[in-house]
Amino acid sequence: MAEREVLLQVRDLCKEFKVRSRKLGGATQVLHALSHVNLDVYRGETLGIIGESGCGKSTLGRCIVGLHTPTSGALTFEGAPLDYHAKEHGKALRSKIQMIFQDPYSSLNPRKTCKKIVEEPMLIHNTMPDAKKREERVQELMSVVGLDAQHVHRFPHEFSGGQRQRINIARALSLNPDLLVCDEPVSALDVSIQAQVLNLFGRLQKEFGLTYVFISHDLSVIKHISDRIAIMYLGQVLELCDAASIYAKPMHPYTQALLSAIPPTSPFEEKQPIELQGDIPSPIGEQKGCPLASRCPHCTERCRQECPHLKDQGDGHQVACFLYE
Amino acid sequence: MEAKVLNGGAISKEAQAAMIRKERTANNAWHKFSRNKSALVGLVIVCLMLFIGILAPVVSPYDPNALDVTATYLPPLSEGHLLGTDDLGRDLLSRLIYGARMSIVVALGATVLGGAIGILLGLISGYAGGVVDAIIMRVMDGMFAFPFILLSILLVTILGSGVFNVILAIGIGTVPGFARVVRSKVMVTKNEEFCNAERVLGASPLRIMFSHVLPNTVSEVVVYATLNIGSAIISEASLSFLGLGILIPTPSWGNILRGGRGCLTTAPHLALFSGLLIFIAVIGFNLVGDGIRDVMDPKMKK
Amino acid sequence: MDDLILEVKDLKTYFFLASGTAKAVDGVSFQLHKGETLGVVGESGSGKSVMSKCVIRLLEKVGRIVDGEIRFEGKDVLSFSEKELRSYRGQDVSMIFQDPMTSLDPVFRVGDQMMENLRIHRGMDKAEAKEVAIQALRSVGIPNPEARFEAYPFELSGGMCQRVIIAMALCCNAKVIIADEPTTALDVTVQAQVLRLLKNLQKENQMALMLITHNLGVVWDMCDTVMVMYAGKIVEKAPVKSLYSNPLHPYTWGLLDSTPSLAGEHKSELKTIAGTPPDLRLTGTCCNFYNRCPYAQPICTQCVPELVELEPGHLVACHRQTEQVHLKRGEEKNGG
Repeated sequence: MAEREVLLQVRDLCKEFKVRSRKLGGATQVLHALSHVNLDVYRGETLGIIGESGCGKSTLGRCIVGLHTPTSGALTFEGAPLDYHAKEHGKALRSKIQMIFQDPYSSLNPRKTCKKIVEEPMLIHNTMPDAKKREERVQELMSVVGLDAQHVHRFPHEFSGGQRQRINIARALSLNPDLLVCDEPVSALDVSIQAQVLNLFGRLQKEFGLTYVFISHDLSVIKHISDRIAIMYLGQVLELCDAASIYAKPMHPYTQALLSAIPPTSPFEEKQPIELQGDIPSPIGEQKGCPLASRCPHCTERCRQECPHLKDQGDGHQVACFLYE
Repeated sequence: MEAKVLNGGAISKEAQAAMIRKERTANNAWHKFSRNKSALVGLVIVCLMLFIGILAPVVSPYDPNALDVTATYLPPLSEGHLLGTDDLGRDLLSRLIYGARMSIVVALGATVLGGAIGILLGLISGYAGGVVDAIIMRVMDGMFAFPFILLSILLVTILGSGVFNVILAIGIGTVPGFARVVRSKVMVTKNEEFCNAERVLGASPLRIMFSHVLPNTVSEVVVYATLNIGSAIISEASLSFLGLGILIPTPSWGNILRGGRGCLTTAPHLALFSGLLIFIAVIGFNLVGDGIRDVMDPKMKK
Repeated sequence: MDDLILEVKDLKTYFFLASGTAKAVDGVSFQLHKGETLGVVGESGSGKSVMSKCVIRLLEKVGRIVDGEIRFEGKDVLSFSEKELRSYRGQDVSMIFQDPMTSLDPVFRVGDQMMENLRIHRGMDKAEAKEVAIQALRSVGIPNPEARFEAYPFELSGGMCQRVIIAMALCCNAKVIIADEPTTALDVTVQAQVLRLLKNLQKENQMALMLITHNLGVVWDMCDTVMVMYAGKIVEKAPVKSLYSNPLHPYTWGLLDSTPSLAGEHKSELKTIAGTPPDLRLTGTCCNFYNRCPYAQPICTQCVPELVELEPGHLVACHRQTEQVHLKRGEEKNGG
């Protein structure tokens, strides 16, 4: 694994949001969306990020593409600090890291035709000043993502959800990016369409050597598409491992509970769910101890006081839990 | 599988395409608009008004300023004067026709002027947020708090009468309304995912503002502008009625109404027709405005 | 069978749009028995939600039930008066919607909303209603129900809200619960809790449950019988185990194959159903699935396939399954 090139390095990334208190005149509080996230993304792989709503997975994605500015921590891309505001290469970075959004409806400007949407990045970066060539490129991209090139002059609302997601992908691809951050790209789609789009992601990765950071709440989707999987909970990465071993050998109590909560794969399967007590605690205010401490069946006194860090268990399987120390 | 050629009642690609075409026409703005009867009535009124205003020299039977002291205060349906004459024997119909022209010029001019400033301020205010937004919107609130007609009177008093000054006065009065409408839409649109997508692509804020956010405010702006033309007509009439707007002898509906005020008992037709025209014109623009809103926003329909 | 509680016969619901008539539900028949869980699976636009709204008679203005029959305990639901409908909706049939946050009125306390129902439909006084409501909240596993009773919906999480709604359905003693994607908006761990709750309550109270979902896992977990809907029609209806081990309709095959499975091979190409669902304004002249079906034959374009019982309790609407030689899953694709 050592010889693989690290494309994106996330070190100790924190992101805090200020929330105003609901009471009038109350002090502002801090919402810890991400706390001390460490991740490496290797070139050509798919890193799946999974977690329940509010676990910070989208925030992480948005920090990577620069929609959020991290509170602290470092992002390194191809060995250089990831700074979109840098004078010389800031704009070039933009073309290397692209994002696919969750909602295929709101992520396309309703007043632009498909052609305008797909050629927009080329206009912004002026990569193809010639209108004729640009048009050809749009046609090419549309056929790459499996859209009928005749439909270039249609508006987004005239496409179905799956087709819109393909337009989104075509737009992201138009700058030949290295890294695609996909934020729940298939969760708004129907099963049969979802499978088509997932296959498209797989094909594009092979064809263009893309690297994906694939964010989803659906474990079966993540398992299908990812090489490695990071499990997030309350702004922290609890477990990081190969896609195969997450199912075979889940280590963190949260991962075990998550897996047991997934509906069965056949009517003959009897699942014995591991129940976590209560709801996810609030990320607002000071955070102390292991994020799962209040719900974990194996919680000890140490878990309430100290926060465990990701530790390698050999074979690259990392877990943040005192049970494995 | 692509080349599947099976006949029968199957759903062919052509049928699907035809459906989309059909849907396009059904969703076509004009088609929706034309299904709305009251909006059509409004449109007829507006078109008639525009038509008459533009062709005033052709359609009016007399010079609106031609005096005829032998025939003052003629009642409607008098010989040669369909709607009668006024205190100086000028043909009322001709004056009303020229008055329509004046109303259109002032109302459109004021709306375009106020709209341009208001849209720009609203766009900046909504997109920038923070301090900029606070400053702009407090100024707008101040203007809102000041009665519109007083504001116009103040401006006209300072600037003096005359067509351009009236346009300026009414136009400035309409700025805060436009700014608010645009701002609220901008604040929603700028957080839409497609604007985030633009940011990820590296688009500059100016590009996002003008190329993506602004076009998405069009429907709100068009609706507001249409409704605003109606109220601008009233404003112009009010100013002229007060003797501050369009000055006699140039005819405008407001100053004809003002002329008729002194002789309500002896020659009521002066006030009646000019008042009626203002009423109809405003209703016309409001109906069209409501119609456009229904077309633009299907949720409003029910 | 005397435990038959809800019967729908040949229900047709059309939406009359300016651009044509969309056949949202086009001839759907099924029966629901006491204590049974009926799963309805289908993609968006397959008519499953519209169908459920017809059953509870909550259809938007543009849609009309043009044909068919809905019988609740033998009574004709479609001929109910406004007054009868109100008691039918409140007492007999309860509905759980997809988004728990929007199905509770945000300006009223949870408790008040629950009590209102009880007082209207069961004629209870305030104290009595409060007791029953708190009891119901407790039975759906809400910790500290007395405090939650006073809470506003926005103070509760999504899972809690969904529990409150289930509690509301419970305290009306509804005989049928229609759950339209009840867990789609929830996280997996919460989904598991809510589903288990529904299952247990249903067993205790012998309610009939109609569970509408697009998640096959939920179906395997919960249902006795499954209906697969496509473009407004039922294409297959079977007991859940039979549907899993021996699905008969090509669309069901596609649906099963295109779901990525946890046990599945990593990064393999998923089998997909080519194309997109048909426009509902164009359906109804042939097999609706024909243009996406790899097994389509000329017969499929000529007439609408009937729902035929091939095995006991297992119904399918496919021309190629009713032929002399039955089609098998994964068989040679259509030759031409």
